[in-house]
Amino acid sequence: MPTQSLKRRNSDLANPIRQLEYLSGGIFADGELPTFRESLKKYDLGELKPGKLEILQINLGYMCNQVCEHCHVDAGPDRKEIMTRETMEQCLEVLRSTGAHTLDLTGGAPEMNPNFRWFVEEANRIGVQDLIVRSNLTIINANKKYYDLPDFFKENKVHVVSSMPHWTRGKTDKQRGEGVFDRSIQALKALNERGYGMPENDLKLDLVYNPAGAFLPANQQDMEKDFKKALLEDFGIHFNQLFAITNLPISRFLEYLIASENYEDYMYSLVEAFNPGAAARVMCTNTISIGWDGYLYDCDFNQMLDLKVKHPIKHISEYREDLLKDRDIIISQHCYGCTAGAGSSCQGTVA
Amino acid sequence: MSKTYYDPADQRKFGSITEWSEELGEKFFEYYNKVFEEGALSAREKSLIALAVAHVKQCPYCIDAYTKDGLQRGITKEEMMEAVHVGAAIESGATLVHGVQMMNKYNKLSM
Ligand code: SF4
Ligand code: SF4
Repeated sequence: MPTQSLKRRNSDLANPIRQLEYLSGGIFADGELPTFRESLKKYDLGELKPGKLEILQINLGYMCNQVCEHCHVDAGPDRKEIMTRETMEQCLEVLRSTGAHTLDLTGGAPEMNPNFRWFVEEANRIGVQDLIVRSNLTIINANKKYYDLPDFFKENKVHVVSSMPHWTRGKTDKQRGEGVFDRSIQALKALNERGYGMPENDLKLDLVYNPAGAFLPANQQDMEKDFKKALLEDFGIHFNQLFAITNLPISRFLEYLIASENYEDYMYSLVEAFNPGAAARVMCTNTISIGWDGYLYDCDFNQMLDLKVKHPIKHISEYREDLLKDRDIIISQHCYGCTAGAGSSCQGTVA
Repeated sequence: MSKTYYDPADQRKFGSITEWSEELGEKFFEYYNKVFEEGALSAREKSLIALAVAHVKQCPYCIDAYTKDGLQRGITKEEMMEAVHVGAAIESGATLVHGVQMMNKYNKLSM
């Protein structure tokens, strides 16, 4: 388990250009596997284009209290990139002017941004339907100043989405770090106590599962059943939905795939599982991703690869939905992670 | 490069057996896929049986495939190892039960 980000370690792969070269080389360059573009073409899907904007996903900064092995953000305590209040104000303006019904706050640990609470309250004032905070759970008991987060979430009717890679301690700690499992369980209990995830309560608590290794997630409904049973029986914990998310081959997960010699097999699995039904509904078709510095991306993954939208408008301060709609979404082989099997997005499966 | 009889990359080519005998190959894969569907046994139970048999047959391709399949299904390593023991127990039992044949023959030949 790495204890520092790729960036801090000066890893070759901290450079997104290197990652993109890797994803276009080898088995994809010599024609052993079709590129993502070729697969789209095979099913007459042509260019991926954005549809109506439904979700505004905002990355409040790369700082995180954890350094998970699979992290596609390359987040960690050593990352200093953080969204300013000024950029947040521009985001709120866009929220007001577009019909986006969902605001999805992510990071790093979004709660570590000093203006996080102000931002959530302002967004609520605008009246967004679904206000998601992607919380890693352990942040809640990481430091005294976060202890009251469950109450803050409740007061602001935040929809909490949290990662929970497995319902057993060993697997979780191996992927996310020593002690993460117990602290996550504690946090889930605190949220349940406030009504989160409880039957007949509308405070929503969803969990995200990413496989802890070089394999794809199983059927989302089956996994949800297993998770619900295990968490309830072993810890008395309730939650609403489970989102099974495929790990995309970028950033630290790409590093892991290469170092463990699983890269080729993993890409084979993704390509074999290509589902044109999922490809038509990938999340970049209804979401826009905004980086900590206000730049616009087709999705959070493209953000991490530093692929800004292919359009003259590149920053939230100039946002125009009508104009941005005409752009082509930038694709590469990492996109196969969104189209495998039942598909994968930040809201779980898509097909 | 040293050559071996088994090449991990061959597993991905399994489907190509159909190329030299299309009808039989397709029938086999249709049957194979049907067998592993959810039925009276769950897909999860079938995966564990497959893993046990893969060990008894000592097929490296099947061991790789059903270890990965198990991980995907959230099957724990303890469950996987118990399945391997079930295979091993049946296999050693099958060897040992032949001990009765040896005993019979021994007794028959001895005065
Ligand atoms: S908690 Fe999330 S953002 Fe933080 S290191 Fe882990 S995966 Fe990355
Ligand atoms: S990786 Fe991003 S751009 Fe590619 S298909 Fe997925 S959401 Fe769309």
